[in-house]
Amino acid sequence: MNKLTDLTIARALSGLKSKEFSAIELTKAYISSAEASRELNIYVEETFDIALQRATLSDKKLKSGDAGSLEGIPVAVKDLFCTRGIHSAACSKVLNGFKPPYESAVTEKLWDSGAILIGKANMDEFAMGSSNTTSYYGSVTNPWSPKGAGKKLVPGGSSGGSAAAVSARAALAATGTDTGGSIRQPASFCGVVGLKPTYGRCSRWGIIAFASSLDQAGPITRTVEDAALMLNVMAGYDPKDSTSVNKPVPNYALNLNQGVKGLRVGIPGEYQMDGMSPEIKQLWDKGIEWFKNGGAEVKDISLPHTKYALPTYYIVAPAEASSNLARYDGVRFGLRKSGDDLQDMYSKSRAEGFGEEVKRRVLIGTYVLSAGYYDAYYLQAQRVRTRIAEDFKQAFSNVDVILTPTAPSAAFEVGANMDDPISMYLNDIFTVPASLAGLPGISVPAGLSSEGLPLGLQIIGEPFNEHNVLTSGKFIETAANFDSLPQYIGG
Amino acid sequence: MSYIIQGETGDFELVIGLEVHAQVSSKAKLFSGAPTDFGAEPNTQVSFIDAGMPGMLPVINELAVEQAVRTGLALNAQINLTSIFDRKNYFYPDLPCGYQISQYLDPIVGEGVVEIDLKDGSSRSIGIERLHLEMDAGKSIHDLRPNVTHVDLNRSGIALMEIVSKPDMRSPEEAGLYVRKLRTILRYVGSCDGNMEQGSMRCDVNVSVRRPGEEYGTRCEIKNVNSVRFVMRAIEYESQRQVNIIEGGNKVDQETRLFDSQKGETRPMRSKEEAHDYRYFPDPDLLPLKFEQSWVDNIKTSLPELPDSLKSRFIKQYGISSYDSGVLVGEQDSAIYFESVANGRDGKLAANWVTGELFGALNKAGLDISSTPVSAVQLGGLIDRISDGTLSGRLAKEVFELMFESGRNADEIIEEKGLKQVTDEQAILDIIDKVFSLNPDKVEEYQSGKVKLMGWFVGQVMQASQGKANPAAVNKVLKEKLTD
Amino acid sequence: MAIDKATVLRISRLARIHLAEGEIDTVAKELNGIIQWVEQLKEVDTESIEPMTSVVEIELPKREDIPDDVANQKELLSNSPSTEDGFFVVPKVVE
Repeated sequence: MNKLTDLTIARALSGLKSKEFSAIELTKAYISSAEASRELNIYVEETFDIALQRATLSDKKLKSGDAGSLEGIPVAVKDLFCTRGIHSAACSKVLNGFKPPYESAVTEKLWDSGAILIGKANMDEFAMGSSNTTSYYGSVTNPWSPKGAGKKLVPGGSSGGSAAAVSARAALAATGTDTGGSIRQPASFCGVVGLKPTYGRCSRWGIIAFASSLDQAGPITRTVEDAALMLNVMAGYDPKDSTSVNKPVPNYALNLNQGVKGLRVGIPGEYQMDGMSPEIKQLWDKGIEWFKNGGAEVKDISLPHTKYALPTYYIVAPAEASSNLARYDGVRFGLRKSGDDLQDMYSKSRAEGFGEEVKRRVLIGTYVLSAGYYDAYYLQAQRVRTRIAEDFKQAFSNVDVILTPTAPSAAFEVGANMDDPISMYLNDIFTVPASLAGLPGISVPAGLSSEGLPLGLQIIGEPFNEHNVLTSGKFIETAANFDSLPQYIGG
Repeated sequence: MSYIIQGETGDFELVIGLEVHAQVSSKAKLFSGAPTDFGAEPNTQVSFIDAGMPGMLPVINELAVEQAVRTGLALNAQINLTSIFDRKNYFYPDLPCGYQISQYLDPIVGEGVVEIDLKDGSSRSIGIERLHLEMDAGKSIHDLRPNVTHVDLNRSGIALMEIVSKPDMRSPEEAGLYVRKLRTILRYVGSCDGNMEQGSMRCDVNVSVRRPGEEYGTRCEIKNVNSVRFVMRAIEYESQRQVNIIEGGNKVDQETRLFDSQKGETRPMRSKEEAHDYRYFPDPDLLPLKFEQSWVDNIKTSLPELPDSLKSRFIKQYGISSYDSGVLVGEQDSAIYFESVANGRDGKLAANWVTGELFGALNKAGLDISSTPVSAVQLGGLIDRISDGTLSGRLAKEVFELMFESGRNADEIIEEKGLKQVTDEQAILDIIDKVFSLNPDKVEEYQSGKVKLMGWFVGQVMQASQGKANPAAVNKVLKEKLTD
Repeated sequence: MAIDKATVLRISRLARIHLAEGEIDTVAKELNGIIQWVEQLKEVDTESIEPMTSVVEIELPKREDIPDDVANQKELLSNSPSTEDGFFVVPKVVE
């Protein structure tokens, strides 16, 4: 195990500054690690040459005192972000080969601050999934697996590749996107930190759209402090995105250790579901205990419409997706199959280009928007969504943050949950409500399952109060002292 | 007076509604910063947003919003302080995103009204249902090569105002007048140049027929008619076609049709069968459009004087006829020109000269008023010379022709050509004496009773004076002399 | 509300996704399952509740009318499977 790949961002930055090692050395270490972990299928496009070029540049900047805030830090970027001239396909056959002539706003900020692209990370096709098993480029294997059992586990999704990269030390940090839990849930499955900022905190420009009112970019890192350092760069107003909020970006890494004394922590009764895994319940209770011991005021709260969150999401997100994915018609980019006439060409190209889950969601989305069904499904779902957001608003008049488990289980085997789409959807049960309300949320590894697999705890905060979310997350991190390593890297 | 189709089984009336798509005058597109110039090389006026590239997002052009509000105010319409942008979803190669951003249930402008003046002098109010903003699609060209369609996205994303009338029109004439009036209003407020040949204004015409007193019949929509003349002809053809169907004992099918201007016929469009399920929903990339009443009020005060009020003011202020006033306010430039000429002068005279000589000369030369070689000041100067007696009406016309050709002032030309009207009685007497001396026989004939010869004498004097003699003075002096 | 074969065909046509004969039943079953699952939303009392228009509470931002964003023609066409003389080319549309 290479020492350089053990470092956190914070530690790497100080090491680079004090010339303990160079950016080239750091990047080379991650490149080796990425090469060595190819069987996990983390990267769908390796950009090692570019990485070395940028690392050389970073070393120059470090020397001349011009270093950016993430100078020399090797990151993995989810295949959903458009990176200029580099493969950006949302892990879909329909976009295979697409090289955008533009760079997404968020990744542009990362490169401007000196970060280095190791490769484009695998993901569920068009961000639709909770397992990274729907990618055109094959599934990702979780670096965690139960000891000696020879099982291959999913890393979670849709940002499975990003979470696995950070977990397997094939990148120091990664970008992901979260629409219904796609950063938080894989972070929990892979034993790393995943942060979904408030909707509107980061720009969506240049991110291949799935569900416009839900998509949000965020960091996946090894520590909470690292997540704050990444968010400092990724966040910010973008006039090219009409849903981007013009609020200043504070230094999210400040005062992370302030603790939780006097903090009001809400425990939503409705998240205690029938048949909840006892391990998950136990972990949650432990978390509650930590907060109490830390001087927080822990209260029971009610989020009455919780159980309707998933069905609401599975109407709204597919509806928006069915419209966002209409542009994949083979005319200006992407896969084109020949057909008898134009409309036939569209139908055949899309039939071949989209995977099963994407087709399912586009069809459901088309159905719920179609004449005669719009009021009963889409409109009703948007009304229920208002109710869900109101539940949170009401709760936040009494508490500062909300503590829940991140996922209903630890990582499951590749191939499980495939019979019935809904059983896969249930993975998002704890993460979807915060997405619908546009709230910030973080998942922090808090313990291990009986099989030795990571389990995460989630903190949900008020809009634009990432500070509370991060400090609570840091508190959990400290209390949990989670130092286990994935089996893949010798844990 | 109503327009009736006389069928074999009875009379039919027409019910006509128009949807006009007017391209907003703006430098950039509705949701992107791409330019809007006409006639550029294909795919050179396109931003990645207009091309529906992955990850692209719309941002609304503030001028387009303002133009829609200005137009709504000029249509005496309700301005909605909150409106929503919706996605209209369908697949077509010139629609890159697979949806058009439009407005469905909550448009920016609500009900309004347009006044039209018919040939017989009467006025009618045509209701406006709504006006909304939407993006234009690109262009599909089907005939460059067989079996393929070429797509140019230059037009994709340009801001359009869709102006929907109520089904208040009852004749092709009314429809034509409505389109012309609408065009005039749009040009006055500067929100659209109304250039139908270039496609800045396109009409979808909805036509149905019914027996008087009956409910509305089934209507057909004739899409993309791009001239006033074609609008009227399409209505004539389509209404007759529908009457023929009904009289044949059949029902009119609701169809979308195209107007074939070569044949003067409408025919069905084939590709719109599923066009009816657009699955409208509010665009999640955009928020509701909201603005304050005070902003709207501000815009209202910045509007120019509009044609209807200009027209009545001209009638009142300058004593001109309703017909002339209508002609003059047809274009804002003409109205401004006229007022500049008429100010401080005889309004009727000014109106005659502008609508008669000036417009005639401009038409003949294929110019419009913005490129007139004779400025308002110059024309005013010419009229002054008529009013002060320097020129006769006839002479003034000659001078005007020269002014039009050369761009010079009346006075310059009068001076150079020595065209001053001769009013000096002594000078006229001299000319008359000469005429008399050359035609003693005619003098005798007149004096023995052939008074009709007066006209001949006037002609002779005018000729001898090369048209410069003032006719009134000639008449007076001739009479005096002949009765001596 | 059941999604029958005809409905599946109609939706797949609207969505321009060709479904092979053998797929239709499976798709119908899956879609029905999802729709039945989301039916529970009808239980929620939403009388007088406004549908959510946006999670962010900001005004719609506007841009100035400045033509400052045009793509280079070559770049614009660069990812297309078929172009000619500056145009995108597709199979003929029957008008």
